[in-house]
Amino acid sequence: MIRIDNLSKYYHDFCAVDQINFEINKGEILGLLGPNGAGKTTILRMLTGFLRPSSGTISVKDFTIDEHRLEIKKLLGYLPESAPLYHDMIVYDYLNYVASIRGLTSERKIPRIKELADLCGLNEVMHRPINELSKGYKQRVGLAHSMMSDPEILVLDEPTSGLDPNQIVEIRDIIRQIGKKKTIVLSTHILSEAEATCDRVVIINQGKIVADGSADTLKHSTEGENLVHITLVNADLKSVQDILGSIVGVKSIEQVEAHADNGQTKFTCLTSKDIRAEMYQKIKETSWILTEFYQETQSLENIFRELTREN
Amino acid sequence: MQQAITIFKKEFKTYFITPIAYIVISIFLIVTGWFFFSTFFIFNQATLRNFFGLLPITFSFVVPAITMRLFSEEFNIGSYELLLTMPVTSREVIVGKFLASVAFIAAVLLPTLTYPVTISFLGNLDWGPVWGGYIGAILLGAAFCAIGIFASSLTRNQIISFITGMAICFALTLVDKTLFFLPHNMLGILSYLGADYHFQNISKGIIDSRDVVYFLSVTFIALYSAHLVVEEKY
Repeated sequence: MIRIDNLSKYYHDFCAVDQINFEINKGEILGLLGPNGAGKTTILRMLTGFLRPSSGTISVKDFTIDEHRLEIKKLLGYLPESAPLYHDMIVYDYLNYVASIRGLTSERKIPRIKELADLCGLNEVMHRPINELSKGYKQRVGLAHSMMSDPEILVLDEPTSGLDPNQIVEIRDIIRQIGKKKTIVLSTHILSEAEATCDRVVIINQGKIVADGSADTLKHSTEGENLVHITLVNADLKSVQDILGSIVGVKSIEQVEAHADNGQTKFTCLTSKDIRAEMYQKIKETSWILTEFYQETQSLENIFRELTREN
Repeated sequence: MQQAITIFKKEFKTYFITPIAYIVISIFLIVTGWFFFSTFFIFNQATLRNFFGLLPITFSFVVPAITMRLFSEEFNIGSYELLLTMPVTSREVIVGKFLASVAFIAAVLLPTLTYPVTISFLGNLDWGPVWGGYIGAILLGAAFCAIGIFASSLTRNQIISFITGMAICFALTLVDKTLFFLPHNMLGILSYLGADYHFQNISKGIIDSRDVVYFLSVTFIALYSAHLVVEEKY
């Protein structure tokens, strides 16, 4: 559906996007993830034809952005960050104006606006000026704007930023509802959001792609780095390192804290695979008393932190 | 073209939703009305010459006030991003906004039609110069609107946009008044550049193609420059 080839963008000397390649398939909800200033917005702006790439191409279906900018714009609906709408206009007038620019015929306009008002929950604010609306409602007007011509692809830049938790849930529901039929590209720096709404996640750091895949595959990709937490009574670091360290797959063992009063000592053990069975066997043979034993599963947060810190 | 018309309608409507339109129209009518009628009975002639004589100066600050928000505001609140990611080209945006501001100039001039009507009761008014004057006023307004749009496309700050636009318009109005100080061989070129000179020709009731060409070329050059600025920006 969308192909991005060797895309770069320079602002003067600063390289915001550096030779990025990826594809977006039809019907996918793709999340662009990255810390602030990673280049997410720049990528989306180039995709929507607002900014010109410094080099590289973007093609949507059979159109390329250099030659068929107008055709691509017709296929896309875009919601920029913080929905910059005209302040003085009434919501209805604004949607009517968007419908005209999008080329809707006059008999299709009113039903379409009604449809979107229902979908985005705008019925109560239809006749209020935009500058009187709350952030959440503005965001919804922006969503309605982006969906006006029923585009095949929706591009949403941080659709939930600045919203309260209830509004976030509502907007996510709307996105998931639309995502059943459309291709959606959204950017976010909130990981739980990417996990909750996206089929595929592309992590970007300093203008480069550092990971690409579904949230689950990303989690599995860094497996082999498991952290096992063990709490033992009557044990000291030296003997634990001797006994458990002999198992194949243990990388390091560290003492976290020791409680002198009840004799409990906490250890963390970094392993390259799941070896909890062998560890338990070894512990059973000793006189230690096991009070706590669990393996930490890698969260998207950890992966994200690792990937974006390394580079 | 359909898009340009849509933008034209929206921008024209916005003038009347916000207080700008009413403020600008009132100020324009008070200033021109005062300067015109305060000396009208002293001259004791049934002409609008003084009204049109003053117009280039008043337009130099009224027109940039009308056009200053057209691009600057969009850049400032970021709505330009929404506008340009819809299927429109920057050319259509500029044409739409330009037409809206010219239409608004026409709306500003509309109430002044009461002047010639009133005067025609007082004396024997020659309508030729009046119509010439109004045609000239629209041409002058269009040229200044184009300059104002160019100034607005340069910056996201409306005040800077207003001052830049006003400076260019004033320069064009006053350039033929400074000829006095300049070397003789430059006089021809500089007097041709003066907006006031061409406007006064038309407001005599003589519509000369040279004057019309002058206004149309100023309009075109300014709009094209705005187009280049906007294209370069993003």
